[in-house]
Amino acid sequence: MSGPSTYEPKTGFTKWLDVRLPIVRLAYDSFVDFPTPKNLNYWWTFGGILAVCLLTQIVTGVVLAMHYVATTEGAFASVERIMRDVDFGWLVRNIHANGASMFFLAVYVHIFRGMYYGSYKAPREIAWILGVIIYLLMMGTAFMGYVLPWGQMSLHGANVITNILGAIPLVGDSIKTYLMGGPSIGDPTLNRFFSLHYLLPFVIAGVVILHIWAFHQVGNGNPTGVPVKDVKKDTVPFHPYYTVKDGFAIILFLILFASFVFYFPNALGHADNSIEANPLQTPAHIVPEWYLLPFYAILRAITFDIGPLTAKLLGVLAMFGSIAVLFVLPWLDTSKVRSMRYRPLAKWAFVLFMIVCVLLGCCGANNPDDLLFKFGPDQLAVNYTDTNGDAQSAFFASFEEARQQVAGLPASAGATIEIKTSGFKWLYLSWILTAFYFAYFLVLMPLLGIIEKPKPRPASIADSVHKKAPKAPPAAVNPAAQPAE
Amino acid sequence: MRLIKLATVGVISALAGSLAVMAPTVIAQEHGAAAEGEHAAGGHHLKEPAGGWSFEGPFGDHDRGALQRGYKVYKEVCASCHGMKLLSFRNLGQKGGPFYDEQYPNPNDNPAVKKIAAEYLIPEMDQDTGDMNDVPRTPKDAFPSPYANVGAARGSNGGAIPPDLSVITKARHGGASYVYSLLTGFVEPPQGLTVNPGQHYNAYFSGGDTKPNWTGDPRNAPPGGFLAMSPPLITDGQVEYEDGTEATIDQMAQDVATFLDWAGDPKAGARKQLGFSVLAYLILAAIVVYASYRHIWRKVEH
Repeated sequence: MSGPSTYEPKTGFTKWLDVRLPIVRLAYDSFVDFPTPKNLNYWWTFGGILAVCLLTQIVTGVVLAMHYVATTEGAFASVERIMRDVDFGWLVRNIHANGASMFFLAVYVHIFRGMYYGSYKAPREIAWILGVIIYLLMMGTAFMGYVLPWGQMSLHGANVITNILGAIPLVGDSIKTYLMGGPSIGDPTLNRFFSLHYLLPFVIAGVVILHIWAFHQVGNGNPTGVPVKDVKKDTVPFHPYYTVKDGFAIILFLILFASFVFYFPNALGHADNSIEANPLQTPAHIVPEWYLLPFYAILRAITFDIGPLTAKLLGVLAMFGSIAVLFVLPWLDTSKVRSMRYRPLAKWAFVLFMIVCVLLGCCGANNPDDLLFKFGPDQLAVNYTDTNGDAQSAFFASFEEARQQVAGLPASAGATIEIKTSGFKWLYLSWILTAFYFAYFLVLMPLLGIIEKPKPRPASIADSVHKKAPKAPPAAVNPAAQPAE
Repeated sequence: MRLIKLATVGVISALAGSLAVMAPTVIAQEHGAAAEGEHAAGGHHLKEPAGGWSFEGPFGDHDRGALQRGYKVYKEVCASCHGMKLLSFRNLGQKGGPFYDEQYPNPNDNPAVKKIAAEYLIPEMDQDTGDMNDVPRTPKDAFPSPYANVGAARGSNGGAIPPDLSVITKARHGGASYVYSLLTGFVEPPQGLTVNPGQHYNAYFSGGDTKPNWTGDPRNAPPGGFLAMSPPLITDGQVEYEDGTEATIDQMAQDVATFLDWAGDPKAGARKQLGFSVLAYLILAAIVVYASYRHIWRKVEH
């Protein structure tokens, strides 16, 4: 993307350095003089916001690691000690714990932005795939980080996840054992999770560099999807134009971040994680942090066996599949048009997809067997054993009638009265949403690109931002048949 | 263009909404079975003191009088069964604590705290003889544990270990309001509810289920559940308050809930104070940076 380097070392030292290690030149070409489309909107600021998030997590994390004790005996108390006795430890820890949520909030906006504006399409497939790898690493890091405070959700959440990995055929058991460091979750688990939790952010940082390298190679995308045609007319240098715009967005984001850190530090957490982990007592409901809930919903949506495949394995496959499908998105989308601005059908499919993701999160937060809404008032079921020894049930609306039924039965029937609810379970919603999630990628993306008639696109970025521009004449654009932009 | 703007607004509201929607759903299900029972009984909200808690809101801080009274309630009533292992006596004299004194920035020097600590003994090894001697505790020492070990705790309470109260308001949904409601929730069991020996009915206990002990329509089973803990606050004036406040059951429950809320998050006051400055700074910075943004981009069509 960037043309010949315009960097000119001014001082003796920078001249000397430039011949030996042109690192200042690299930084200058990448973050100062880098030609950036002039029409980027605020959705493009989330890349910078994410860089801030990663840096914040690493800096606060390094400080926390100085005080944290990775043993099942000491972990919970050491985290509380950080909150109570370490100077500004409460601040560092609140930033780190809420920072994870902020990081995911930003990454979801960033991913949705990429999906809407077609940032995954050629020639940016590698940048997209590296992004998905970063996202996967983030999920692993966040999961292991959540285990470290050693609360009830930490331990029992870890149990659920390691069991999931154990369900993978052939290698699952070994992965599970290596991850746990023994037959159950304990000190060895906590130690290796701590070690990996410290390691992975640096791996993320490395992949982030590759990610930036990949999209700098071809240049930023932009809201129109039309590539840069004239660097002079279509772009501005990254600095100061985008440093100031990103800077403004970062400060707005920090205001949201600080509101949570200082005023609602526990709002995004779970009360059960303030109870020290106890292997003998399982919480009534085990739920992951909010940012993993949609995948948890997909995991739990599969409650049926298909042939030789058990529901458990299928759930695991569906959950991993829901992320794996992102890797091939560049090839599933058949449209020649990059930005959904000009894709009237795909745009609405995308809006629906976002709503589905949010609702999947709600499904993940709720017990699958709980009712989303009731079909009618609760009934009473009288369950008993008839003279043939078969289980029988009779249903009543009124308690009096149910009680008379029980009174009329012999004691040997062992009659009991239970509440019989009927309604729409969260599970059913999870089925519908999971089906749509996969259909979006596997059916809509390939299909819409073929059947959809895209709207005319501007001839260039400069044209698209030209305020007094007359309606783009049809001659300036090449409709559906336009080759890859 | 308008459509796109609408759609983008949609993205923001969807994401913000997802947070807003999910938080209550997560919270709602924390209650588990109890929440269902409560809804069945037509809603059963946690109690809050009239006028709310002193520590609520962006500027709220724990009321000092309530903290001192609350500590007394903890010490004389709760501490016989419930430890607070994350707290040391010095915490009582730190900034924001019940006995903070500006004259003693180091709480270990605080005479009020020293006096409280010295009421308890702690075994200490004589370095020359190896003998264990009981010596008075000092502010650096931890709150005493009511039981020698877990087994003793279990044995004295019919198998149920009384939970540690250090972070109890963080560990229960509803926080101080839950503690307050629970302490004042030991009401007469409704007609038709049988209470097993050694158990006590509490209308606010979360995670309980009254259906198995209810002879009436299970759809109308009373809210709450059964606790092994007997009602701890039973008569007005059970704890003698030194500041003239009338020690009603309700007052004692509020005070100890305030104390426990402070104990669970003793830096909450400092946190809110710093938060105000940080937000003020960020908002100012946002204005300045936005002005520079407009200035820098003024000649660029975008």
